[in-house]
Amino acid sequence: MLFRVEKRMTTPPSLMVLVPVAAACAAMVFCALFLLLTDRSPVAVYGAMFEGALGSEYGFSETIVKAIPLVLCGLGISVAFRMQVWNIGAEGQFYMGAFAATWVALNFPSLPAVVMLPFMMAMGVLAGALWGVLAAWLRNRFSVSELISTLMMNYIAILWVSYLVYGPWRDPKGLNFPLTAPFPEAAILPSVGDSRVHAGLLLALVVALLLQFVFRKSRWGYEIRVIGSSPSAARYAGLDIQGNALLVMCVSGALCGLAGMVEVSGIVGKLQAGISPGYGYTAIIVAWLARLHPIAIVLVSFLFAIIQVGGFMVQTLGVPAAVATMIQGAILFFVIGADIVTQYRIYRVSGDGSEVND
Amino acid sequence: MKEPLIRMTNIVKRFPGVVANDRVNLEVYRGEIHAILGENGSGKSTLMSILAGLYKPTEGTMEVSGVERKFRSPRDAIACGIGMVHQHFKLVEPFTVAENLMLGQRRGGMLVEQGKVAAEIRELADRYGLAVDPDACIWQLSVGEKQRVEILRLLYQGSRVLILDEPTAVLTPQETSELFQNLRRMADDGCAILFITHKLNEVESLSDRVTVLRSGKVVGTQVRASLDRKALVNMMVGKELQVQPVRKSTRIGEVVLELKAASALNDMGRKGLDELSLSIRSGEIYGLAGVAGNGQRDLAEVIAGLRPMTGGDYLLDGESANGLPPRTLIEKGVSYVPEDRLGMGLVPDLNAVENLMLKDYKKAEFGGRWLLDYQKLSDWATGLVQEYDVKLSSLLQPVKLMSGGNLQKLLLAREITRQPKLMVVLYPVRGLDIGAIEAVHRLLIGLRESGAAILLVSEELEEIVKLSDRVGVLFGGKIVGEFPADALDLEQIGLLMAGADVQAGGEDSALSR
Repeated sequence: MLFRVEKRMTTPPSLMVLVPVAAACAAMVFCALFLLLTDRSPVAVYGAMFEGALGSEYGFSETIVKAIPLVLCGLGISVAFRMQVWNIGAEGQFYMGAFAATWVALNFPSLPAVVMLPFMMAMGVLAGALWGVLAAWLRNRFSVSELISTLMMNYIAILWVSYLVYGPWRDPKGLNFPLTAPFPEAAILPSVGDSRVHAGLLLALVVALLLQFVFRKSRWGYEIRVIGSSPSAARYAGLDIQGNALLVMCVSGALCGLAGMVEVSGIVGKLQAGISPGYGYTAIIVAWLARLHPIAIVLVSFLFAIIQVGGFMVQTLGVPAAVATMIQGAILFFVIGADIVTQYRIYRVSGDGSEVND
Repeated sequence: MKEPLIRMTNIVKRFPGVVANDRVNLEVYRGEIHAILGENGSGKSTLMSILAGLYKPTEGTMEVSGVERKFRSPRDAIACGIGMVHQHFKLVEPFTVAENLMLGQRRGGMLVEQGKVAAEIRELADRYGLAVDPDACIWQLSVGEKQRVEILRLLYQGSRVLILDEPTAVLTPQETSELFQNLRRMADDGCAILFITHKLNEVESLSDRVTVLRSGKVVGTQVRASLDRKALVNMMVGKELQVQPVRKSTRIGEVVLELKAASALNDMGRKGLDELSLSIRSGEIYGLAGVAGNGQRDLAEVIAGLRPMTGGDYLLDGESANGLPPRTLIEKGVSYVPEDRLGMGLVPDLNAVENLMLKDYKKAEFGGRWLLDYQKLSDWATGLVQEYDVKLSSLLQPVKLMSGGNLQKLLLAREITRQPKLMVVLYPVRGLDIGAIEAVHRLLIGLRESGAAILLVSEELEEIVKLSDRVGVLFGGKIVGEFPADALDLEQIGLLMAGADVQAGGEDSALSR
């Protein structure tokens, strides 16, 4: 008796949804086993996580706050990934966006909010876009893999911000902490009631809907679908591959830069070292799990935020917050592993029917 | 007579829907160079792959030195002393020559004795004149040197039967003559060499015996002493070509495409087109005969703007089209139907609507500057699918699920509906069933009647004879002969396709007619 694996030509839509959900559940079970090994009740830990992330007004608002940068970066990444341009540089573009927005807030403190916020946003978007386009230009001009260049440029951006907050931009009144001076009132995004949930949420949802529309209805969405799906057919049909690579990285970087602006302006209120706990990297996982679908990115971001905030909350039970990272890793592992079910058909055969030995 | 080293008896190989080898018998002797001659698709490569253990024969037996053998993998074949050099070399680029030769070797212990291996390689290389530095990395080597490494590997593995799949296709004339000398030395040393080819001059200058295959069957074997090239060509092409040419075009108009001494490099960076000149008029089908790999794709890609020319002129309606990008040429009415339907002509994962709109999505009627009106596009696509009789279960299904014939109809629907003034079509019926072939031919004839100029590239003489108003033969990146439809000489065409004119000249020249 043998098992034969055969590539599927198409995947039934039901499987496309069912399989990742089942895989995510399997990941939770896997992590539960790990918790059992450390003599903790998985039920209690998971209960505390969800309770912590969703049960209280505070927890819920924290979850949303964490989801916002994930949504924006995830959407940015999805634009590039759809054309098979592998932008791993969301983290760096996020930092550059935060940097540019801070520059506005620190240098023009007297602007009114109606001018200040759009100005910050424009500069954040511009900085992220430029950081992204640079990698696309290198790809077009010198065939540099954007996978490498975007990754390396992350370190440059992160260290650049560190340099600023440790050096020229450090707040003299800040007791030597690596922080800039707090932003003026006008540079802070409005928030909901007294929670930390800010206007960035609205922005993220609008961008998601907009992208959904662009991907499905626009000429440009069609072009990047063709180029991403078959570069040789795109070249044959005379589509502008290099121009679109620039454009795609521009939009991708712009959205990640917007995420950075939103984070400094909506949450932190100043620039500091380590302003992102790796949103740009987590967003890659989010985009991938959501299969680059804008609405799914919103949902997956929310799920990941629950896990992160919940992981933070269960520290009171003596469970390390790293549990959250472990669960995220396990989910990715299981969902990608489960792709074998969506990509291939596995069935049993008897005897050997093989033709080719090679 | 001495005992054959290899005896293949009644070999049959069936693939789904095709019989690639049909009761083939082949004997190979020690010390001989044996050419396997045939057109593309005649079953040469399949037969050799069976001998090298890559395929299992459906029926038939193989004996090596009188003992019956069944190969389950190339490893078994190698163990019996049979090895093959493929057209695409199977070498690890970053590794050195010595490291590549050691790969897959099971002799020796855990440790690798670099020095000893290098010495063995040098010894082998000297013996057969295969000069290669064992410590050089593969990526540093030229194509000819890589081929030598492949041959060395076989010798190093202890192979006594060497199979070479079109070994000269990638070589310069200089390298070719060196290779021939080396092969002769190996044969003199007691090896048996089998080489696949479709070039007559190679058969004449190298082989002791030649076996000709056509449509999976052996049509004959000749020995060197009584080699007759006309007989060989007839065996290869088949004399009994009985096609009635379709009514020829009556409305031949102005010259649409003109190439003057066009040159271009192929993917390997060698001369793909060699000062080729060609002109095609509107309302005319120009059939380009020739064995695949003689510059067909390079020519098509130059015309489509996908491959830069290194010299010469490209005129479209009398105006220079040198260096124009694909998009501009498409807009000027140049249509290209590539051989690789799913790899280039269509986007496999997208649906029929998205594929049909590939060259037309920018039209104003399908949306504004930014958006696409999918409702309109879908209606338009439905019309096309009906008009061109494309059978599909849903317009929204990825096209990779469609059959070859329907894919080709879909592709032609997209191209023909744009009313091109010039269409380059490569191997349009390859892999199609008879019904689909008829449909494709009808579409091409219809396009000609509407006044388009068509360059039909095919390896099927039957197809060329049936459709063409003029026939050219492509060999080595040049047009080596041209015939009007009413004065076709199949024997001449066959000889020219096999490169006879280039080497022999004189009496075989069709250009002098």
